[in-house]
Amino acid sequence: MTQDDILEGVAEILRAVFDEPDLEVTRETTAEDVEAWDSLNHITVMVAAEQRFGVKFKTAELERLRDVGELVSLISTKLNLA
Amino acid sequence: MTTADLHWLPPAENFRAELQDAVASSDPQERWRRLVCLARRRLDLLQTGALDRAMRRAFADAPPPRLPTRPERLAVLASSTGDHLVAALRVGALRRGIWLDVLLGDYGQYQQMLFDPGKGLAEFDPTAILLAFDARHAVSMGDSVDQVMERISDIWSKARQACAGLVIQQTLLPVLPGVMGEQEHRLETSDAARLGAINARLRACADPAGVALLSIDSWASRLGIAAWHDAALWHRAKQEIRPAAASLYGELVGRILGAAQGRSAKALVLDLDNTLWGGVIGDDGLDGIVLGQGSAVGEAHLEFQRYARALAGRGVILAVCSKNDAANALAPFDDHPEMGLKRSDIAVFVANWDDKAHNLRHIAAELNIGSDALVFVDDNPAERALVRREMPEVHVPELPDDPAGFGACLADAGYFETLRITPEDLDRGRQYQASAARASLQSSSTDLEGYLRSLNLKLDWRPFDRAGLQRIVQLINKTNQFNLTTRRVSEADVSALLGDPAPITMQVRLADVFGDNGIIAILIAKPAPENPAELVIDTWLMSCRVLGRQVEAATLDILAKQALARGCSTLLGAYRPTDKNGIVRDIYGRLGFSAAGVAGDDNLWRLELASWREHQTFISVSGPES
Repeated sequence: MTQDDILEGVAEILRAVFDEPDLEVTRETTAEDVEAWDSLNHITVMVAAEQRFGVKFKTAELERLRDVGELVSLISTKLNLA
Repeated sequence: MTTADLHWLPPAENFRAELQDAVASSDPQERWRRLVCLARRRLDLLQTGALDRAMRRAFADAPPPRLPTRPERLAVLASSTGDHLVAALRVGALRRGIWLDVLLGDYGQYQQMLFDPGKGLAEFDPTAILLAFDARHAVSMGDSVDQVMERISDIWSKARQACAGLVIQQTLLPVLPGVMGEQEHRLETSDAARLGAINARLRACADPAGVALLSIDSWASRLGIAAWHDAALWHRAKQEIRPAAASLYGELVGRILGAAQGRSAKALVLDLDNTLWGGVIGDDGLDGIVLGQGSAVGEAHLEFQRYARALAGRGVILAVCSKNDAANALAPFDDHPEMGLKRSDIAVFVANWDDKAHNLRHIAAELNIGSDALVFVDDNPAERALVRREMPEVHVPELPDDPAGFGACLADAGYFETLRITPEDLDRGRQYQASAARASLQSSSTDLEGYLRSLNLKLDWRPFDRAGLQRIVQLINKTNQFNLTTRRVSEADVSALLGDPAPITMQVRLADVFGDNGIIAILIAKPAPENPAELVIDTWLMSCRVLGRQVEAATLDILAKQALARGCSTLLGAYRPTDKNGIVRDIYGRLGFSAAGVAGDDNLWRLELASWREHQTFISVSGPES
């Protein structure tokens, strides 16, 4: 799975969680860019990503993420090590 | 780790498209009905959220009128985060056709809300209150179990004042690690032990207080605490119930709300072959079915019978719906030494060759209950699909492959959820036996065409070959019902046919959307000794599992084409009656043959190929020449 595939998968999750089917998602997208991205939805996004990609995040890892690109890289690292 | 999956629900196929269709319906009743149907599939986290949003948009303030259910307003008073559970609560209620409005108390404010209803509770006017205390909060409610129970009882009476309807107390999740081990209960100061003790006291005190329990501690013991709780999520967001368990949580609350409205199922309709026993009674006979002692599979089926019996003992009605001759179906009930169920345990016993949806309507009418109160248990995914398609209101669990899991599957599914048992419940079985009134049969038609098309039937035939030899011999020797001449053979007899160009042999394989059924029909036709232009059907048999799918007609058509290709003019068939093959008495007639007299034990039939026409079927056929 390439990082682009992961980005597309994350984008689908974000669109579903925020109920915005036309949401534009890039590696630079952050929670500040999306009004619906509150702390509850944030948890849902992470849980959905764990389920979809079959990975498990550590709390410390999640606290360091600043944008979608860093989430994509984190997932990619976990998948390559699996 | 076992997951908190709603494993008894069928998978959600084409969810997005079906949700769009549902929302696009112009008729509110139809829109609601379709949303309820979607709620009855196994949805993931995101799908649950999407369904919830669609439902709230379509029915923002109230459900459509004239529903058989009452809308509910549930106030969730939680000591920790509950936002992530709300969508699942609404979908859990929707699954039962109940429109649910949820008020989630502000974080950390449940006590204020209860003790000062002016803070929103009075205005919301709940029909039900759910009290959800997280474990850490609960143990801090007092220095001893007695003190904690005093606080909780006080909370219960305040809840009673705020709500005339249901007060639901969630039991405590055993999330705290122990410090002593197997004898943790001996440590007075152990928080882990205290959780268990509080849960035991909740059970003792809830009934007199008129409170219903949400027993997630039992579920945690069955599934494991990890299925319910992720300590990292607790620390991150104070979510004691993890999002992956939200669906199950919502489902369980939905069950309680549904049970309080009398919406739980009332009758369990059981298939027989490979459900109540291993094997097929019509083919295997009393001695051949697998039931009880001496066999792991037999024990598993017997245990399932006992589970059904236990359900009946507390008021669930039992019925049978089987594709069998009635005499065959009843035989194990009357004569098999290992049967756990007796004929008198079954309120309505239906065994025939009609489609099961038709039969289920009859059973509901006979019992004078709605078809939405039926649970239909059948090991055959094709039968389950037919019923789900024709009667989406009937509850049809996805059974595991192994019968050892049947009872647990039904128990997990909670279709018969009940808040209390009355003396009438305990007596119900006897009442149904005594009742002599028969409801009239509801007439209705099943959309067989649509069903057959949806099965995506693929038939593939070959002449006999070495690879199929064992299975061919097995089928010829064990098939009793759909067997025209019941000629038994040895492996040598069949081997001899392999090299011989004169006979036409067919081994027929059938696949459908659920998978490959393997070889399900065998045919042997030989040129008549006096006249090789006439082909005699020496052997024709088929597995009863594939009756009603036009395989008989398709098989005949293949034979007819083969016969014509050889320059034959006529097909000759014989029916030799036995105790077991009554169902094929008229098959030749139905396929266009004319009766041609009797010879000894055989009823003879004749088809001039000039008058044969290919049947229209929903089967796509392939064979050696195509």
